[in-house]
Amino acid sequence: MSVRTPMTLASVEAGAGLRAAVALDPAGVIASVRESGIRGRGGAGFSTGLKWQLAAAAHAPEGLRYVVCNADEGEPGTFKDRVLLADLPDLVFEGMTIAAYAIGSREGILYLRGEYVYLRQALEDCLARRRSADLLGDAILGDADFNFDIRIQMGSGAYVCGEETALLESLEGRRGEPRNRPPFPVVTGMHEAPTTVNNVETLAWVSAIMAKGAEWFAAIGTERSTGPKLLSISGDVSRPGVYEFPLGITIEAVLEAAGGAAAKAVVVGGASGKCIPAADFSRAISYEDVSTGGAVIVIGPDRDLLEVAENFQEFFVDESCGQCTPCRVGNVKILEGIRMLRRGECSVKCLQELCKLGGTMQIASKCGLGQSSPNVFLSIVENYRAEILGRTPANV
Amino acid sequence: MSAQEPAGRDQTTGGDAPVATVERETVSVTIDGREVDVAAGTSILDAARQCGLSIPTLCNHPDLPPAGVCRVCVVEVSGQRNLQPSCAFPITAPLEIRTHSSRVAQARRDVIGLMVSEHYGECRTCPRNGNCELQDLAAEYGVDYLRFGERTESGCNLDAFGPSVVRNMDKCIQCLRCVRTCNELQAIGVLGVVGRGDSTAISTFLGLPLSDVSCINCGQCINHCPTGALTAVDNTDEVRAAIEDPTKHVVIQTAPAPRAAIGEEFGQEPGTPMTWQLNTGLKEIGFDKVFDTNFSADLTIIEEGTELLLRLYKNLVLGDATQPVPQFSSCSPGWVKYIEHKYPEYLPNVSTCKSPQQMFGALIKTWYANANDVDPADVVSVSLMPCSAKKFEASRPELTDSGYPDVDYALTTREMGKMLREQGINLPDLPESDFDDPFGTASGSGVIFGATGGVMEAALRTVIEFVTGLKVEDLFTHADITPVRGFAGAKYAEITIPDTVGPVPEILAHLVPNWDWLRGVTLKVAVVHGTSNAYRVMEDIKAGGKFSECHFIEFMACPGGCIGGGGQPIPTSAAIRAARAKAIYAEDAHYGETGRARKSHENPAVLRLYGEFLTDGPCGHTSHHLLHTEYTARGTFIDASARSTEESTC
Repeated sequence: MSVRTPMTLASVEAGAGLRAAVALDPAGVIASVRESGIRGRGGAGFSTGLKWQLAAAAHAPEGLRYVVCNADEGEPGTFKDRVLLADLPDLVFEGMTIAAYAIGSREGILYLRGEYVYLRQALEDCLARRRSADLLGDAILGDADFNFDIRIQMGSGAYVCGEETALLESLEGRRGEPRNRPPFPVVTGMHEAPTTVNNVETLAWVSAIMAKGAEWFAAIGTERSTGPKLLSISGDVSRPGVYEFPLGITIEAVLEAAGGAAAKAVVVGGASGKCIPAADFSRAISYEDVSTGGAVIVIGPDRDLLEVAENFQEFFVDESCGQCTPCRVGNVKILEGIRMLRRGECSVKCLQELCKLGGTMQIASKCGLGQSSPNVFLSIVENYRAEILGRTPANV
Repeated sequence: MSAQEPAGRDQTTGGDAPVATVERETVSVTIDGREVDVAAGTSILDAARQCGLSIPTLCNHPDLPPAGVCRVCVVEVSGQRNLQPSCAFPITAPLEIRTHSSRVAQARRDVIGLMVSEHYGECRTCPRNGNCELQDLAAEYGVDYLRFGERTESGCNLDAFGPSVVRNMDKCIQCLRCVRTCNELQAIGVLGVVGRGDSTAISTFLGLPLSDVSCINCGQCINHCPTGALTAVDNTDEVRAAIEDPTKHVVIQTAPAPRAAIGEEFGQEPGTPMTWQLNTGLKEIGFDKVFDTNFSADLTIIEEGTELLLRLYKNLVLGDATQPVPQFSSCSPGWVKYIEHKYPEYLPNVSTCKSPQQMFGALIKTWYANANDVDPADVVSVSLMPCSAKKFEASRPELTDSGYPDVDYALTTREMGKMLREQGINLPDLPESDFDDPFGTASGSGVIFGATGGVMEAALRTVIEFVTGLKVEDLFTHADITPVRGFAGAKYAEITIPDTVGPVPEILAHLVPNWDWLRGVTLKVAVVHGTSNAYRVMEDIKAGGKFSECHFIEFMACPGGCIGGGGQPIPTSAAIRAARAKAIYAEDAHYGETGRARKSHENPAVLRLYGEFLTDGPCGHTSHHLLHTEYTARGTFIDASARSTEESTC
């Protein structure tokens, strides 16, 4: 997949961020990360500095704390982490090492998406290089008190394992199913120890923040959405690929850059994101407006939105972990409803029930997967009511 | 004398367990406008119950760790965008909680509607019709039509070929209570979750029938299932057919635990004993004779107590390593199958005594048949048990020493409730009547077999008197050996034999020369219930820990012992089990107050049996032939290729 814009991260030298970090004390690193304003690049948008602060402050039995890199990039339509892992793995591992320094961890795990197994050898080679360069392992950068190493664990193809507590279950050798929260992983994470789980891109940006300064990062983007963001742009565009934009950029501008100006709608945030109609293309990609982990799927003018919704819904029916009722059964019912709509067999009353069900799934599902799974369907119903209703079997 | 708790988490005792008293801060929360102070870490559900509010639940069960998966108990919590599961949300900071709002009502109705839609109901013909948590929730929370449709075709997912437990996954709503019961409460681990999304299912290893995996038939999954997905094999039709067959002589023995619980099948409070009304009811159903399993419980104590003393003598005095100590009890068929699967190397430690059910059966088809001039081939031996594993035990091929199965049908408390109801009998309305001779009278020791610690207490009452020549009452007030009572998961107690020992009683005189070797010896005993606790204790024994030094350990597969058995009325909880146990100990105390025997070796019918039939005494040749058995090392791997070709489909 092509990288379409210059990558700021490509200009960050390996080791630079870590050297800058160890020049500060751990609290100073956390303060700096907080100052940068960086929020989780996986989509949830939690403050990275606050997450580290909580993990550092949590009671750690036997002094164990873990740094986990969530490289289970599974959201349909996102592929920017794959580019980082392939081209800039040093920055990802460096971000983990900085996190370890900040929270006081000796062990890090990169949880790698099963389908990315072909990247594994190159990643292992990168880890070996970093060990021999004193950037990883015992006495990092000559500091006898700074010992931290990273191992890679492969996922096995479950989308839900990108949810951080399901990921931890999987790491511990169990079925990948989300846990009840609270307690949160920063307090009770891997093997019940305080654990920070961060996205690949977040960790790479942390390396850049330490190398280039928190002020540099905070100056980009909007007040509540600082820094640049990588977007994976796919669908009905002439130039699909990975793009870097400052947060706060409008959907319009994104479409312009990618060659999709004629789009009918854009699904921002992947399967669990939202379907934004053309009328709203002036909205901004940012945590406070249209939030995304990076997936931007462009829907061209000739697409049937119900077909799009059906495609996404089939994905959730397969990928729900099956644990909680709203997600396990609710997604099946929404899918049945979409198919009824396509056949022109869904009454308005039935559609109303489905929308209520979607609302229930959003507020009563156990994890983010179930909570966001009806989003695309609900936003299509909200914005394209005329297009989806009133079909008869003949128009299908 | 001391009673101590081993370290580790007590898995089975639920709400009324002695919890380590750690100073915990309290947190103030407001629930539906009511303020309440709760210990930090209390779930919203428990906090709501503390202030008298009711929140509906489904996947939650007081015996099990919270799962938070059904989403029925969701509530509004201040500061949280989404609804939170009250069972799994610990209160650690002041919160404002609303248990009922329009959002909550809509969510609950949707969630219950979704469950109804994936449940292939057949309510009208379901064994749980009228006692189903899903039915109740649907009625209470406005599931007024099938919003999300219903399943109209069976998934053909029935495992009804085992001896004890029937799994009908068409009725499963994936609350995971059986999975948590099997893995956490009982530490067996034959049920798990497979698949993902809409293919998620509860399964055994490779989807094999329960009879082909290391299931111990304890039936705890049945008692913890909210719907009819898990039930016990039903033998009531076979029993009825036998009763109607004029050529058959149908006798039934009733165990103490079902008598303390069957009232619940007729709307009585848990702990309402129905022993004497039941005798009348069984006669009305048409059983020819009604016997008391406590008789053979007393007999078990004589045999097992003798075996213990012999084993200690051979092991400790004669150095015979083939008689390993500690001796493990063998009354619980779930426990027996557990050790056959999980710790087969310890089978020599298991008492060779058959369980009271089987001892009774063997005597019915020999001594009783002979004395009453009935052809044993025409005797149908039925038992009323609190237990689903008793069905498997009755089917064991080795338990046929008379030439016939000791027991033909083992009925659960629930099956008997059904038989009585079908007959139009309301049990509490019946007059009382006594058991039939020749097994009529039992001792109080037989009664307490039904509760955890009961076998141990009964055995100690007899062993202490055999050895010391003293009365148990001289050592323990009212002969209540309280250190072995109670619901701690694994109880440990030490009982020191006085320096003066008595003469060897006549009944044992041919087995040991004297008791001198027991002078001043501290008997170490333990009482364990629930197989997760059995796991802890067995691992401790393997590691050479405290329990390896015991002389005798009572193991019961089910939480609370037989009163919490897998054949008992549903629901179950620590409070319900405690109420049933209370009824059982009250019956024992009543024996004392009314001048009846409270010790097994004082049971006149048992003494008569040794005088007339088992003339070579306890652990003698006849008793070995009829009352003792051997075990099968099974391991946890079952050879699937060796199973029959019958497939588990409907």
